[in-house]
Amino acid sequence: MTTKTANPGETRGAVPRTRMSPWLFLVIPVAIAIPLIPFFTEVSHFVLSMFMQTTTYAIAVLGMVVVLGYTGQINLAQAAFFGFGAYGVALGTVTYGLSFWVSFAIGIGTAAVAGGILGLTTLRLGGHYLAMITISFQQIFDLVAVNWIGFTHGPDGIPGIGRPSLFGKPLDDDRHYLLLCALILYAMIALVWWLPQTRLGRAMRGIRENELAAEVVGVHTLRVKITAFTLCAALGGVGGGLYAGGFAYISPDNFNFTRAIEFLSMVLLGGVQSPFGGALGTTLLILLPEWLKEMPPALQFIKDVYLAIYGLAVILIMVFMPEGIWGLLRNTWMRFRSPPPVDTSWVQPLELGIAVTETTPLLKLENVQKYFGGLRAVDGIDLEVSRGTVHALIGPNGSGKTTTLNVLNGIYKPTGGRIFIDGVDVSQKSPHERAAHGLGRTFQNIRLFPSMSALENVIVGAQRDNNPIGKGHRALKARAMSALQFVGMAEKANTIVRSLPYGHQRLVEIARALAGHPKLLLLDEPAAGLNQTEKMELVELLKKLRSGHGLTIFLIDHDMGLVEKVSDRITVLNFGKKIAEGTPQDVLRHPEVIAAYLGEPPANAAT
Amino acid sequence: MEALANNFQVLFQGLALGSIYALVALGFVLIIRATNVVNFAQGDFAMLGAYMMVAFLVGAGLPYWLSFLLALAAMGVFGLIFNYGVYYPLRHRGFLPVIISTLGASIFLQNSVLAIFGAQPKRLDNVIQGGIQIGSVFLDSQYLVILAVTMVMVAFQYFFFEHTLLGKKLQATSQDKDMARLLGIPVALMIAITFIYSSMLGGLAGVLVGPVLFVSIGMGSIIALKAFAATIIGGFGDVKGAIVGGIFIGVVESFAAYYISVPYKDAYAFLMLFLVLVFRPQGFFGERVSEKA
Repeated sequence: MTTKTANPGETRGAVPRTRMSPWLFLVIPVAIAIPLIPFFTEVSHFVLSMFMQTTTYAIAVLGMVVVLGYTGQINLAQAAFFGFGAYGVALGTVTYGLSFWVSFAIGIGTAAVAGGILGLTTLRLGGHYLAMITISFQQIFDLVAVNWIGFTHGPDGIPGIGRPSLFGKPLDDDRHYLLLCALILYAMIALVWWLPQTRLGRAMRGIRENELAAEVVGVHTLRVKITAFTLCAALGGVGGGLYAGGFAYISPDNFNFTRAIEFLSMVLLGGVQSPFGGALGTTLLILLPEWLKEMPPALQFIKDVYLAIYGLAVILIMVFMPEGIWGLLRNTWMRFRSPPPVDTSWVQPLELGIAVTETTPLLKLENVQKYFGGLRAVDGIDLEVSRGTVHALIGPNGSGKTTTLNVLNGIYKPTGGRIFIDGVDVSQKSPHERAAHGLGRTFQNIRLFPSMSALENVIVGAQRDNNPIGKGHRALKARAMSALQFVGMAEKANTIVRSLPYGHQRLVEIARALAGHPKLLLLDEPAAGLNQTEKMELVELLKKLRSGHGLTIFLIDHDMGLVEKVSDRITVLNFGKKIAEGTPQDVLRHPEVIAAYLGEPPANAAT
Repeated sequence: MEALANNFQVLFQGLALGSIYALVALGFVLIIRATNVVNFAQGDFAMLGAYMMVAFLVGAGLPYWLSFLLALAAMGVFGLIFNYGVYYPLRHRGFLPVIISTLGASIFLQNSVLAIFGAQPKRLDNVIQGGIQIGSVFLDSQYLVILAVTMVMVAFQYFFFEHTLLGKKLQATSQDKDMARLLGIPVALMIAITFIYSSMLGGLAGVLVGPVLFVSIGMGSIIALKAFAATIIGGFGDVKGAIVGGIFIGVVESFAAYYISVPYKDAYAFLMLFLVLVFRPQGFFGERVSEKA
């Protein structure tokens, strides 16, 4: 792959670079100018401290962008992580006499570790549990900060917090310190802005869009979630540490649940999907109370119900502007420009790199069982799938087909029995490990990442561990484009998947599986919901994969016409047991199979 | 003898507080079952109920029973508004937007009440004055009322859901919305009724606990956190689990506060929650469920 793309003489094979958006050239000078303002004009101490608050809060809010915006996990403990950073600096410089930078590092480190532990709880718990766990964590932090007076100084707080020196020069001047905070903020914005285009960032967004699908195509979802929480907490720690240095005094009420909700509101208002949105939301919500003070006396009452308005605003944002101000601006901008046409001239034909030399079965099931309580969904199945064949699994509704696929895939752990893929026992491996072992899959009810482009969807499939393609983004993109072209979707690479018609979404899902170089492809009712023409195209595609590439395919479908056309072998399940197996001609005429589908003639029927 | 009496006193108090958690937890569970989302403003329903009671009883000087009925009725109306304002517009958008929306509602409620009633906590008197003295154990009348009302509510709820047509329609809605809709059950109405009932249940808990705790802006959040911990400990979305979990937390918390440390009283529920989540994530009564592919 890499040798082909490195040929400079040909246009074919060179992956085009992505270009930077032009508006950045506008934003960057403004961003640089803002923290320099105090050096040129007289600015009150109050305004300076508001600047300081905005920059330090914004860094913490960036953490929310990573965990909530990118990864789709709720975190209501960001104030606690902010607190770890702040107490690190405060206790380090005041109680233990450490230098600012050492204390700062300890604070960030503690926050990151706590974040990682919190992320670890997502192993078993998503959604509501996570909301609850993070709230509990936040409350416990608050209780400890208030009550462990010997260590945290309790509600009185810690005064006299030190500031850093830079190049031997202490940053006692607020303007200098503010400049430092702003530079760190910009660096963090750049980091968070760059993140979604990376392997990690795409994995995060995959989890947000469809966690199960992400795991199945090879994302180590737990590790990515832990990383997201660690990163989020570390950003909270950075913000908190700088905050403590900036204001020289902290107390527990800077880090309570209300503050956590403030961080949440900031990120929601500005736009949860972008670091610029996060920074914007922070700025607006810090300036808002000041603007309210300027209001005419008749509107002064608003100041008293300010926090109530805050709560109302959160509801209104969720209902009317779920992507925040930044998302609204971006969507408006997108409406006026159509996605750039996709250049497919450079795309290489898809290679699956399967050499059919061995004759041992690729997939082997030994007495596989899966019970749900008393229900024996899969009741001791033995099965072998030969290399380079299409093997269909059929059976009436509720016969255990999809359960078998889910056990094969690692979504369910088998109650008993063993599964071998290419001679390796994978029975106890997680879905992403099986993906890394060359297992691809599509779902009955398509599971794509709806708000990502077709290309990004397929790249997530290509970036699985051990995928034998070159390193780097260009190799991933080249691989993904080849897979898209193979299914005939290369022209739609930049289209957001949600807006594709159903049949096209199926094809993208198959491309996503193919991009990961599967040895074995599992298809769960690939023809469901397709019209007759699309079904014919699917049959051609499957034949091409089998004959042209030697791919082994294991599929479930209810369309007997399709099954008969593509399959080399058919296994029939009923009530979780195998009742027949053989070539399509034999199996579909097997009396027990006909009985299973159509019902048996009553034993005492008059003949 | 003295130690035994003390333990009994602590147990009694734990049972009563646990009943409050159970009542709020019940409200949680009903909404979870109807809508698959957690209402993070559930505790503020209790807070609001208590303040309504203060407004009618202390503010307007109405008799106790009238104030009580008015407060409950007001909570019912509030539940309906909550349904249409906070849940309904987001019903097709997954759980995260709804959670955030209910959090927003929680902030809104607390600060609106703060703006109206001020930060000073309010006092509510016991329904019946006095209590029962058995040896050195004193059974406060309000605690007895709480226990009695909780038992009545649990019985009522059982009867309502198992033996009335409306109850069965609500159950059908919570189990399978699409099927319920096909059978002609007005699903949106059923969910609205769930919110109304949960809101009244929360309000009732607030009115009952008002005399025990002070009526304050923050009373709801801390009750809600423990009630939610109760729903998880008992088994997510399980009615029986909510009741047992709530009482369990109340009792353990009272003993831990008595024997270990009072300032960390509010942390024990979270500690139990962590332990349950690590060792038995499906809770006491819940079944382990996996996402279907």
